[in-house]
Amino acid sequence: MSEHIVPVKVYIGVWAGLLVLTGLTTGAAYIDLGVFNTVVALAIAVAKMTLVVLFFMHVKYTPGIPRIVMVAAVFWLAIMMSLMLADELTRHWTPVAHSWGAGVLLPLLPHVLR
Amino acid sequence: MAEMAHPSPEHGHESHVPELVHQFETVEQQREAGTLGMWLFLATEVLFFGGMFCSYLIYRSLHPQAFEIGSHLLEVKFGATNTAVLICSSLSMAMAIYSAQTGKSKKTVILFLVITILLGLAFIGVKLYFEWYHDYLEHIVPGFGFQYRPEWGANGPMVQMFMVFYFTMTGVHALHMVVGVGILTALIIMAARDRFSPQYYAPLDISGLYWHFVDIIWIFLFPLLYLVGGRYMSGGR
Repeated sequence: MSEHIVPVKVYIGVWAGLLVLTGLTTGAAYIDLGVFNTVVALAIAVAKMTLVVLFFMHVKYTPGIPRIVMVAAVFWLAIMMSLMLADELTRHWTPVAHSWGAGVLLPLLPHVLR
Repeated sequence: MAEMAHPSPEHGHESHVPELVHQFETVEQQREAGTLGMWLFLATEVLFFGGMFCSYLIYRSLHPQAFEIGSHLLEVKFGATNTAVLICSSLSMAMAIYSAQTGKSKKTVILFLVITILLGLAFIGVKLYFEWYHDYLEHIVPGFGFQYRPEWGANGPMVQMFMVFYFTMTGVHALHMVVGVGILTALIIMAARDRFSPQYYAPLDISGLYWHFVDIIWIFLFPLLYLVGGRYMSGGR
């Protein structure tokens, strides 16, 4: 398993592709796509990341354990994001009883301790 | 030991590479261990930046209008230019590694490393002078004379929050660039001392991984900070 040497024309192609995608994402921001502006911007960012990771970072030619670490990194990130968002984005689904708020409980504290 | 008595014929030449440390059988094994170590570090970096991206996501989902106003305070032309600058620096970094892999002269390796450093410094220069300094003059740097503008209305505090995200994330990213420039400087010194060869170029290889990773962070920062909610609305620059 000797190290694979990526041909220069592949590097040039990836570089050109990244520049084109940068132009695309900048141009797309000036077109009104509604919520899809963000979707398109993120999709292009993910495409650019894939190009960099596969070719510039040689992952396409790197076998074995480093790939597991990469997948693990993305997986841990997914856990962190989904748990944080699961909290933040669902807080208003079930309203918290007003009486449970600290603003109500704290003034009661002296009465409880008396 | 067995390997002393019978060095394998196909790896025989590698035992003469002075950089091969004794705990590894071959230079290739040593390089793979280095690559794995760098990827483990990058995994922690994914989570480090991931935490900031996640907080950004939550605040943006809660205050979309304020984040659009904040995003329109930034200039797309500088963000897009810097994206292109970083992509070019990634190409020259890849070419530096390629030159070492294919046994090009050390001048070629050093030339590509110097181009990479100059592009990295150009990125930092554009950020410092054309963006941050002008933000300071416009009073939109939180903690340094930040001023609410009447047209923001009730969104003022959350526009400031957007700018906090902007300066924290681009600041930490720029810090990574500065570290990268330091690493590249060390690589240039090593290349000048003839440390690299087609058998041994691991420091270039794993430093390249770091440099490309910092590029990827910017690839996400650019649309998330500069292109929020589209730039077609009035008020954008």
